[in-house]
Amino acid sequence: MTVILSPKTQTLSVLVEDKPGVLARVSALISRRGYNIVSLTVAPSVELGLSRINMVVEGDESVVEQIVKQLFKLIHVVKISELAPDASVHRELLIASVTTGVDGRATVSELLDIFGAAIVDVGADQLSIMLAAEPSKLDDLLALLAPYGLSDVQRTGAIAIPKLSKQSTKLKSVQTGKAS
Amino acid sequence: MKMTGAQALIKSLEAEGVDVMFGLPGGCILPAYDPLRESSIRHILVRHEQGAGHMAEGYAHVTGKPGVAFVTSGPAATNLVTPLCDAYMDSIPMVAITGQVSRAAIGTDAFQECDTVGITRSVTKHNELVMDPQELMRAVHEAFHIAKTGRPGPVLLDIPKDVLTAEVDFSWPPDINLPGYKPSTKGHPRMIKAAAELMAQAERPVLYIGGGILKARAAEALRELAELTGFPVVTTLMARGAFPDRHPQCLGMPGMHGNYTAVTAMQQSDLLIALGARFDDRVTGKLDGFAPKAKIIHVDVDPAELGKVRRPDVPIVGDCRLVIEELVKVLRAADTKPIEITSNAWWQTLRDWQEQFPLSYVDDVTPNSPLAGHGGTLKGPQMIELIRDSSPDDTIVASGVGQHQMWASQYWKFDHPYTWVNSGGLGTMGFAIPAAIGAKVAAPDKTVWAIDGDGCFQMTAQELVTASVENIPIKVAILNNSYLGMVRQWQEMFYDERYSEVLLDSQVPNYVGWAEAMGCVGLRVDSIEEAQPAIDKANAINDRPVVIDFRCDAAEKVFPMVPAGANNSQLVVTPSQQAALDQLRAQGKV
Repeated sequence: MTVILSPKTQTLSVLVEDKPGVLARVSALISRRGYNIVSLTVAPSVELGLSRINMVVEGDESVVEQIVKQLFKLIHVVKISELAPDASVHRELLIASVTTGVDGRATVSELLDIFGAAIVDVGADQLSIMLAAEPSKLDDLLALLAPYGLSDVQRTGAIAIPKLSKQSTKLKSVQTGKAS
Repeated sequence: MKMTGAQALIKSLEAEGVDVMFGLPGGCILPAYDPLRESSIRHILVRHEQGAGHMAEGYAHVTGKPGVAFVTSGPAATNLVTPLCDAYMDSIPMVAITGQVSRAAIGTDAFQECDTVGITRSVTKHNELVMDPQELMRAVHEAFHIAKTGRPGPVLLDIPKDVLTAEVDFSWPPDINLPGYKPSTKGHPRMIKAAAELMAQAERPVLYIGGGILKARAAEALRELAELTGFPVVTTLMARGAFPDRHPQCLGMPGMHGNYTAVTAMQQSDLLIALGARFDDRVTGKLDGFAPKAKIIHVDVDPAELGKVRRPDVPIVGDCRLVIEELVKVLRAADTKPIEITSNAWWQTLRDWQEQFPLSYVDDVTPNSPLAGHGGTLKGPQMIELIRDSSPDDTIVASGVGQHQMWASQYWKFDHPYTWVNSGGLGTMGFAIPAAIGAKVAAPDKTVWAIDGDGCFQMTAQELVTASVENIPIKVAILNNSYLGMVRQWQEMFYDERYSEVLLDSQVPNYVGWAEAMGCVGLRVDSIEEAQPAIDKANAINDRPVVIDFRCDAAEKVFPMVPAGANNSQLVVTPSQQAALDQLRAQGKV
C-alpha cells in the first residue's frame, strides 16, 4: 500500500486593515500565485480598524515563505505571524447532524462525551452536535460518527495562537545569571 | 476651502507636482475635466486609453516621476488594463485615475459600469475605490506615495461621478495612514559585510544589473562599485543604459538574446551580484542549469524577490543605491583594489570570448529564402546601427516587442541611464509609439526614436495622430519585414518552418500614406543607399513626427538565442560563429 503523506501545512495569522475588498485582495493573491488554502477565517480583531485572517496554507518552507512575502506586499496587510504546528495551539469548531434513532442515541452520546462534544439540537431521528478542538480531533470524531450517517457537516477552519512559555521569565533570568 | 470633489482632485494632482497627464474624457469622469481647463496641468488627449497608459509609462521611464493616465469608466478602464499590467511587471511608477458610475448605481450594471478595482487588482501595486469625497485628497496623496516608493508600480484610483460633484473641504497635505506599508530601504549591515567578504574571494564575479538600478537612481553608485572592484557588468533588458555600454567593464546584455560573453560569463561565474534584478526566465533560461557554480548576492527593495526564483547566499533587502553606497564604504574600508582588467585570468577569458563571438548579423540578403517576395532587402540590425550613429549620443530609444526590440537592445549603444524605454516583463506589442510620445513629452529637448516592427506599429499607430496634433515630434523606424518576425523565427526554428498566421502583408498598409494621413512625414526606404539620407532627413525634422518604413529582409533572425526550455550553456550563436563554438564545446573548453 502506498502511503500518501499529506502535504505540509502552515497556519498564518494575518492582521489586516479593515478596508473594503481586503479579503478579495488576499484570496486573489493566493490564487494568482498558485498557492493552496486549506482553510480561511476572518473576524474583527480587538484593535479598532483591524481584522484578523487565519489561514491554513499548504506548502513546504520555501512556499510558505513566498506566501508570507507576497502577502506583505499588500498595502493593507499590517502583520503576519507564522504559527508552526508544534509551537502553537490550534482550535476549530465543528457542527454536524448525526442520523440516529432513539435506540442509537446512547451510543452516540457516549462517543460525544469521550470527545467532549456537545449536543446542540435534538430531532426525531437526528442529533446536531458541536465540537471545538484540534482539527485532527474533529477528523477523528467525524470518522467515528460516519457509520451512523452524517449530514450538514460544517467546519470553521482553524484559528491559532502561539504556545505560551512554560517557564516563568523570573526563573529564566535566574538560570541565565547562574550560567554566566 | 470648500470646492467640488473634481476641483479637489485636480488641485491634489497639482499639489503632487503633476505637470502633464494623458487621458480621454467620458461620461463618469466629465466633472473632473471641467476644472482641468483652469489647471496648470497639461492634458494630452489620446486616441485610445491604452495609449494614455503607455504614454504615462514612457514619461515615468524617463523622469522617474509617476506618469498619470486619466480616463473614464467601463471600457476606458478596461483599455487601461494592459498598460497597468505592463507597468506592474516592469515596476513603473504610474497613477491611473478612472471615473466610476455614481455611488448609488454601483453594482447595478449601469451604463459604462465595470468593477474596475476588481479587474485591476492583480495588475496594480494598489488600487482604491474612493467612496467618500472628503477622502479624495488622502487617496491621491497615498496613491503617489505608494507608486513611487519601495518597489515602484502602478496605483489606480476609481472615483464615482457623484464623488466628483460632491462638496469637499480641501486641505493639503492630508495625513497618510498606511500602517502596513513601510518599505525597508537600508540594507542590513551584517549582510552587506557578508557580501563584501564574498566579493573579496570571488574569482569569476559578475555584476548582474537589473532595472532596479534605474528605479533607485543608482547608476552613479553602480559605476563607483564597478570601478572599485573591476568586476564585469551585464545589464539586463530592463537595465540597458544603467551602466555605459562603451565602458570597458560592460559586457552588454545577458539572456535569451544576450551576447555570448554576457550569457556565458553568468553561466561560468562563481559569484553573481544581482542588483535590482529578479532572475527572470528570459535571463536564466532553464533554471536548474543556470549559473550552476555561482554563489548569489541578491539586493532588492522587494523582499519577495529574494529567494523567489534562486535562493541567495546573501540576501539584502534595501534600496539599491543605499545598499551599493554602503557596500562601497565597506569595500573601501577593507582597502579593496580593483581586479586588473588587462591581466586577470577571468578578464582574459571574457576578452577571448568577446573577440571570438561578437554580436553579428548576416549582411547579405538570405539567399534562396522561401520567404523571398516578402519584406525587402535591408537588415534590421544595420538600420539600427545607422540610426544610432546618426543620432545624438543621449537619444532616447523606445521599442515595441519582437525582433526589432532585441536588435535595438543589442546594437544600440546605451551610454546614459533612462534612454531605453521598452516593455520587458509583459512584452506588450505596440508599446513603442505611445511610450516614445510619453518620453518625448518628458524630455522635449531630446531626440526620441521609436524602433518599431510592422506588427507592433499596426497595434497603436493611431497615437501618431495625438503626436501630430499635440506637436510631439517623435521619430518612428518601422523595421518592416511584413511578418510577425519573432513568431516567424520560432516557427522556422521550432516548428519545421510551418508558418502559421505570421505573414502580415507586403503591400498593405501603405505606411507612407498612413503616416501622412496622421500628419506625420512618411518616408520609405527600400535600398541601403536610401537609408542614410532618410535617417538624416528624419533627424532634421523637428516640427512633426516622422515615420520611416524600412523594407527589411524577412528571413533575418535574432542571434544569439537560447532555445526555449534549453539552459544557457546551449546558447545558439549566429550561424557564421556556430562551428567555432561547437568545436570549443566538443573540446570541453566552454
